[in-house]
Amino acid sequence: MNAEIGGRKAWGGDALAIFVIILLGAFYALWGAAHATDRAFAIQMWTALAAFVAGGVMLLFFIGAGPRADDSGKYANGVIKAGVIASMFWGVAGFLVGVIIAAQLAFPNILYFEDLGWTNFGRLRPLHTSAVIFAFGGNVLIATSFYVVQRTCRARLAGGLWPWFVFWGYQLVIVMAGTGYLLGITQGREYAELPWYTDIWLTIVWVAYLLVFLATIWRREEKHIYVANWFYLAFIVTIAMLHIVNNLAIPVSFASWFSYSAFAGVQDALTQWWYGHNAVGFFLTAGFLGLMYYFIPKQAERPVYSYRLSIIHFWALIFLYIWAGPHHLHYTALPQWAQTLGFTFSIILWMPSWGGMINGLMTLSGAWDKLRTDPVLRMMVVAVAFYGMSTFEGPVMSIRAVNSLSHYTDWTIGHVHSGALGWVGYISFGALYCLVPWLWKRKALFSNALVEWHFWLSTIGIVLYITSMWVAGVMQGLMWRAYNELGFLEYAFVESVEAMNPYYIIRALGGVLFLLGALVMAYNLWRTARGDAPAHERETDRPAQAAPVAAE
Amino acid sequence: MDYLAISQFAATWGLVLLCGGFAAALIYALWPGNKDKFSRAAQAPLDDGDDDGR
Repeated sequence: MNAEIGGRKAWGGDALAIFVIILLGAFYALWGAAHATDRAFAIQMWTALAAFVAGGVMLLFFIGAGPRADDSGKYANGVIKAGVIASMFWGVAGFLVGVIIAAQLAFPNILYFEDLGWTNFGRLRPLHTSAVIFAFGGNVLIATSFYVVQRTCRARLAGGLWPWFVFWGYQLVIVMAGTGYLLGITQGREYAELPWYTDIWLTIVWVAYLLVFLATIWRREEKHIYVANWFYLAFIVTIAMLHIVNNLAIPVSFASWFSYSAFAGVQDALTQWWYGHNAVGFFLTAGFLGLMYYFIPKQAERPVYSYRLSIIHFWALIFLYIWAGPHHLHYTALPQWAQTLGFTFSIILWMPSWGGMINGLMTLSGAWDKLRTDPVLRMMVVAVAFYGMSTFEGPVMSIRAVNSLSHYTDWTIGHVHSGALGWVGYISFGALYCLVPWLWKRKALFSNALVEWHFWLSTIGIVLYITSMWVAGVMQGLMWRAYNELGFLEYAFVESVEAMNPYYIIRALGGVLFLLGALVMAYNLWRTARGDAPAHERETDRPAQAAPVAAE
Repeated sequence: MDYLAISQFAATWGLVLLCGGFAAALIYALWPGNKDKFSRAAQAPLDDGDDDGR
C-alpha cells in the first residue's frame, strides 16, 4: 500500500484507513454524548471522544514526522515493548483491585461505603476479572503473539500501522470496560460485561488483530508454521466467534448503553457458558499454550519434547474444548443430556491437557539442572505444573455429583485462581522476564535475586489462596446441604457466610503476597529496561582502596 | 431447519465429520513421512537466535 520514495516509505493506506476509523468513532462519541439518555452513557462517550481525539493527534504526529525509514528487514519491536509495559501496568492494577475486593469480603463492615456506589463489590468485581483476564492476559497474549509469530516465521509484522491500531484500540476497550463497570454499566454476562458499543469496538480491533497475524504468517519465510502460532491463531479465531455470538444483542437506543440479548432463558444461559468456558479454553489455555511452546524451549535451550504430541495436543483441545461449557449448568433447566455431554467432554479433556503438560515439562529433559539456577525457567515450569493441576481439578469438579457439592461455593474460586495465578500468571511472568532483556537488548535481567523474591512471594500467596478457598468451599457446600434429624436445614445461609471469615482473611493475605511479588517484578523489569547492570557487574562494585587507582 | 433436524444432523453427520477431522489430525501427526519436518520444526524457537540487525 505504501509508495516508495527513495528507499523510504510514505504514509499509505493504513494511516488513511485508521484515520477514517478514528474520525467515525469520534463522530459517534460526540453524537452519543449529546443525545445520551443517562449520565453514565454520557461519561462513556466523553471518555471515548477523548481517546479518539488523542488517537488522532498521535496519528498526525506520526505522519507529520515525515516518511518512514525502510524497516522491512527488521522485526517490529516497538509495539511489543508497548505491550510488555501495558501488561505489567494492567497486571499490577488488576491484582490490586483483586486485593481490594478480597479485603471487602474479609472486612465487609469496614470497607463498605454507602455513598460511594462505585466502590461496591458488585462494581469492582468485574473490574478485577476483566483487568486480570483481558487487560493483563490480553496484552500478554497480543504482545507475545506478535513476538513469536515474527521470529518463528522469520518475517516482519505485517500491516504497517495496524499493529499499533490493535494495541491502542485494545487499550481503549480496557478503559471503556473498566470505567463503565465503575459507572454501573454491565450486560450482566459473566466475563462479557461489556456494553454493546464496546463490544462492536472490540470486534473491529479483534478483526484487525486477526488480519495482522494472518498476513504475517502469509509472508513467512519458513514453510512450516510453528505450533505456537497454531495455538495463537486458534485463540484469535475462536475468541472472535465466541465474542460475536455471545454478544448478539439489540440496544434500546443508539444513545443508551442498555441492550437486550438476542437469546432468552436456557438458550441464553447455554450461550453464555459456551462463551464463558471457551474463554477459559481458548483465551486462558490455548493462547497461553502458545507462550509455553515458544518460551520454555527458548529459555531451556531444548527443542519441544515431542512435536507430534504438540500437534495432537492442539487438535484434541480444538475438537474437545468447545463442548465442555454445559458443565457450568448442572442441575439447571438445561436438559440432562446436555449436562452429561458437557461433563463427559470435560473428563475426556483431561487427557490432552496432561499430554500437553507432559510435553511442556519433558522439554526440560537434559536441562533439569537449570531449574536450580534459572528462576525464570522455574517460574514457567511451575506454571505448567499448575496447568496440570487445574486441568485435573476441573474435570473432577465437572462431574455432576462433585459439582453438587462444589458449585456456587468458594471451591470454584479456588480452582479458577489456581489456573489464573498459577498457570496464566506464571507463564506470563516467565515470558515477560524473557522479553524485557531480549527487546531492550540487555545481556541479562537486572536481578535474579529479585526474581527469586517474586517467585517465592507469589508461590506462598497462591498456596494461601487456593488452600483457604478449598477449605472454605467444601465447608460451604457441606453446610448448605446439612439437614437436622427433623429434615430441616441445619444452618441458615448467613451462618455459612460467617464461617467463611477466617478463610477470606487468609485469601486476602495470599492476594497481598501475590501483588507484592508483581510489584517486585515491575521494579526489576524497569531497572532491566533502563539498562542497569546487576550489582556485581557495576563499575563501582570493587573494594574502596581500589577506587583511586581506577580513577586515574 | 427445526430443532429436530439440527439435532439429527449433529448426531449423525456432525459426529462423522468431527471424528473424521480428528482422525485426519492424528494421521497427520503420526505419519512417518512427516517425522523429519517435525524434528526440524521443533528447533524453530532455538535457531532464531540473535535478532540484532533485524
